[in-house]
Amino acid sequence: MNIRPNAILEVDGLERRFDVSAPWLNRLIERKPRRTLRAVDGVDFVIQRGQTLALVGESGCGKSTIAKLVTGLHPPSDGKISFHGDRDRLQMIFQDPYASLNPRWRVGRIIAEPLRTLRPDTPADQVATRVDDLLRTVGLSAADGLKFPHEFSGGQRQRISIARALAGEPEFLVCDEPTSALDVSVQAQVLNLMKALQKEMGLTYLFISHDLSVVRHMADVIAVMYLGRIVEIQPTADLFANPLHPYTRLLLETIPDLEAPKRDRSPMGGEVPSPVSPPSGCSFHPRCPLAFDRCRMERPQRRAEVHDRRVACFAAEAGGTANA
Amino acid sequence: MSDIVLDVRNLRVEFPTRKGVLTAVDDISLQIRRGEILGMVGESGAGKSMTGMAILGLLEPPGRIAAGTIRLSGDRIDDLDDRAMQHIRGRRIGAIFQDPLTSLNPLFRVGDQLVETIRLHTDLDPSQARERAKTLMHEVGIPAVDERIDNYPHQFSGGMRQRIVIALALCAEPELIVADEPTTALDVSIQAQITALLKRLCRERGTAVMLVTHDMGVIAETADRVAVMYAGRLAEVGTVDNVVRRPKHPYTEGLMGSIPSLRHDVEELQMIPGSMPRLDAIPPGCAFNPRCAHAGPKCRREVPRIAAADAGAGTAACWRTLEGETA
Repeated sequence: MNIRPNAILEVDGLERRFDVSAPWLNRLIERKPRRTLRAVDGVDFVIQRGQTLALVGESGCGKSTIAKLVTGLHPPSDGKISFHGDRDRLQMIFQDPYASLNPRWRVGRIIAEPLRTLRPDTPADQVATRVDDLLRTVGLSAADGLKFPHEFSGGQRQRISIARALAGEPEFLVCDEPTSALDVSVQAQVLNLMKALQKEMGLTYLFISHDLSVVRHMADVIAVMYLGRIVEIQPTADLFANPLHPYTRLLLETIPDLEAPKRDRSPMGGEVPSPVSPPSGCSFHPRCPLAFDRCRMERPQRRAEVHDRRVACFAAEAGGTANA
Repeated sequence: MSDIVLDVRNLRVEFPTRKGVLTAVDDISLQIRRGEILGMVGESGAGKSMTGMAILGLLEPPGRIAAGTIRLSGDRIDDLDDRAMQHIRGRRIGAIFQDPLTSLNPLFRVGDQLVETIRLHTDLDPSQARERAKTLMHEVGIPAVDERIDNYPHQFSGGMRQRIVIALALCAEPELIVADEPTTALDVSIQAQITALLKRLCRERGTAVMLVTHDMGVIAETADRVAVMYAGRLAEVGTVDNVVRRPKHPYTEGLMGSIPSLRHDVEELQMIPGSMPRLDAIPPGCAFNPRCAHAGPKCRREVPRIAAADAGAGTAACWRTLEGETA
């Protein structure tokens, strides 16, 4: 891989397998083999400092597993994650603001936790000032630090999660579906806050979402995942203007569009196959309108000579999917 | 006979609590015609699901219908007792909920659940009912029905399970289907399949559908008319096109602006300051007035209401619309 001076995170051939076999005795009696699930299967990407890379895909495509691998909550089974920054300055925001805040701690203590862990010799009064500042940064008041999480609405809790993530002065934030549990008007508040903070503090985001309109608003680069692999990765504007992979097109066609509702659609059939027994070759081939024999046998890679490593698709290699 | 299937007038749902009576649904009037899909939108706690539950007769005590009437093809159903309501649910009103796993019994084969429901509501014998179950499963798009009919719910994917729930709701050919967030638990590509299915069934059978969802995109592509709820009240009703493109109520306008666009770049999403009031702290006058940029003295004093007679046409519960000027 080339040396990119401005890259903060480089992920190379990342793989994560989970053992999903039946218990030992069942395997013995029913003569079942061991089974592994490849949640992440050979993923490469680079994130530039100060930018947002979004991972999109449907449930089970491995996007949250990547979040856990990058933050070190899971060790990778194979491949390499190189973080060119201070590991202590990597933080995470989770989807469910109800499950990610300790209900028995006051908000002030929750937000101070990263500070106390990462810089244990900070004097107590400085910690308190910092917590007050953080609460105000995310649009809450300093008095809110004395309350418990249950006293807040979902959107306010997500602000608390953001304040906690900011406490360690992070440079890199992994955000796993940070607004999926929120109502749209609250989502807008949180997304605006995240964008403002990025601009102000030069943060880098790995932003995980299933919502293409949110991702379009937030990301500089979008990686589309299907069954543990990145099938397409492009700068946001290019991806929407000229999607290269048939799966990206399927996604773009099926999301409801407020401005141009497709009321007479005939949706594409098929479902995401089980990641335990993915289809041979390109795992999208059973649903793909452009699939031919090679797709059933061989697994497409993103290659430099095909749209500059932006797509893993044999039909695209043959020139079959470009719009222009 | 007119073709109005569901006629709700001045519906009010209350929850008596120790601290006083909370009004979860306040003076709602709606109509749905044969073959029409009415979308009910609003954010969590706006009362949209509660309205659906009141129509289904499934309010959890101490919740109760405190005022108003609900008519199903002309018959009053809001004052029926549990037994009579049970008779109507399933037969005349079908229900589809968000999580297909909670609507299906995990211990019984899906075919048996369908057969049981069909036999409860019709006088078919077991083998006829099984044939009907197969027809329904085929109709909702389940492949290889002969094999799948004897599977258990866990053997189906989320999208397929929701199809079975739809088949269950259709068993007795109901006049009305109340679908509460039917696609929220599903992935986008599956979501499109399910909404297309709902639309097709509604068109072919003339079923009236009340589609409760928080997702404006789903509404824009599926519903014919929309009712927007805010703090238990109706904020706006109208055709999809009008409500989405030419919203009249400042709340609807803010809601539309806060949704990230698939076509335009905006640096900042439009925000509605603050949040929806809790049921025990609804401000006097228009419930939206503390968050509204146009609020005047009248908005803080008097509640703007959509008259039951106007609920069919399309209007907003906003003094600016009702009086055509800034109040």
